[in-house]
Amino acid sequence: MSGEDKFDAIVVGAGPAGSACAYTLAKAGKEVLIIERGDIPGRKNVTGGRLYTYALDLLDEGLHEKAALERKVTHEQIMMLSGDRAVNIELVNPAFNQEGSSPMSYTVLRASFDKWLANKAEKMGAALVTGIKVDELIERDGKIVGVVAGEDQLFADVVVAADGVNSIMAQKAGLIPDLKMENVGVGVKEIIELPSKIIEERFNLKEGEGAARMLLGCTEGIHGGGFLYTNKESISLGCVFTPEGAAKKKKSIHEIFQDLKMHPAIYQLIEGGETIEYSAHLVSEAGYRGIPKQLHREGFVVLGDAAGFVINTGYSIRGIDLAILSGIAAARAVINAAKTADVGPAYMEELNKVRLMPTMNQTDPFFDVLETPWLYDKAPNLAADIFSYLFTVSGDVGGKMRPELMGLLKKNGISLWDLTKLGFKGAKL
Amino acid sequence: MSIDRMTAPGLLGLDSFTVDEEKAHIVVNKEICAKCAEKPCLYVCPAVLYKLGKNGELTFDYAGCLECGTCRVMCKNKGIIKWEYPRGSFGVNFRCG
Repeated sequence: MSGEDKFDAIVVGAGPAGSACAYTLAKAGKEVLIIERGDIPGRKNVTGGRLYTYALDLLDEGLHEKAALERKVTHEQIMMLSGDRAVNIELVNPAFNQEGSSPMSYTVLRASFDKWLANKAEKMGAALVTGIKVDELIERDGKIVGVVAGEDQLFADVVVAADGVNSIMAQKAGLIPDLKMENVGVGVKEIIELPSKIIEERFNLKEGEGAARMLLGCTEGIHGGGFLYTNKESISLGCVFTPEGAAKKKKSIHEIFQDLKMHPAIYQLIEGGETIEYSAHLVSEAGYRGIPKQLHREGFVVLGDAAGFVINTGYSIRGIDLAILSGIAAARAVINAAKTADVGPAYMEELNKVRLMPTMNQTDPFFDVLETPWLYDKAPNLAADIFSYLFTVSGDVGGKMRPELMGLLKKNGISLWDLTKLGFKGAKL
Repeated sequence: MSIDRMTAPGLLGLDSFTVDEEKAHIVVNKEICAKCAEKPCLYVCPAVLYKLGKNGELTFDYAGCLECGTCRVMCKNKGIIKWEYPRGSFGVNFRCG
């Protein structure tokens, strides 16, 4: 086979990881081919979601300015639900969105964002084929040398697996076993269309501003939570939880989500809107400890969701930014490596340099904190009880605060020992 | 239209699918499933595509699959004998995502 027929890299999947990798490679003059199974990039992809802007700016200075993004997040919210009660905490910090610097994060829809980013990679010189699924990897002398897609065999120095959370490629390469049920969450989401004026009124937003809300206490006690993001002319409402928990409860994921949608505190935000899409996706939940031991072998590297690059702290969820970072890291490894065998180790080094691995490592203890079962039902009940106590004025004398609060803890079945255990876990953060 | 509780088929009706009539991307062996006591697939599929038939047998239709992979992860007794993504350009097409 002639040298002309061989790419420097073949990227499987035109999501943020794959396109960021292809963009960086093409910019350095490398011959790169992206193969995407959807007809248009983004058509198979789902986010909560939001994108933290720094990653896009690392890919290229000022890239976010023309990106297909929804609203800059100005209102950070955490809402706890208990029965028909709701406690909402909101942070508005102008420092997150200062004039003259990049807003910290944007809400995003993947059909438009992924299409835009893949198009950017194409304009930089990457080749993109869509509507084609990669079926197999080609292995020779223990090295991955290409892919089989339909009738075609395509060859490259490096195959980049950016094929998402169910990474068939990484499995075929023998790098990761089947996903473990305790390590994933399943997310479901409705996109609810509403005029931008109404969204801005309901969330107290100025034009272009957006809210991001995490929801606790909406999963029937199952480990997980809900989310709400305001887009330009729609609201992304969804929840993520362990499928194992739903199976044990024998309660359908779809039903639990419909209950959340109809909760009075949520319903008032989406009332009058129209659902235009329903989607579902797996989310890697294990953080640092869920990353496969080996993310490369000769001629092959694993990126983004396929590599388990997701951080869930309970109050924020990161994935797209990490995907982009890993794409940049893999591209830099390919660009700088003298020979194919050097790419994998160089990729691991680059993952450190872009601070992806250290960040994931540092956030690892969140996994243990979030394993606390009473966070998902008793804690939101307690929060609603405490605030109800604090804000109740009836003319009665009422109880003294300390014994009242201790009583509320007891009522909710949370012992001081439970709090101590959580404290120990929290001390490692 | 306004916001209301919706059934899974109602929600799937809002989505765009290009169904591959020739090739099922997920195949279930009903004999294995008949022996599975837990049947987690009944609860965890966001599209509610795994159901019980009149005689208690498992039924499954791949046409409304959202391609999340939850059934694949949760299938304990390997009744799902094949799980692949649909062939290129088939399956769900998210317009928002």
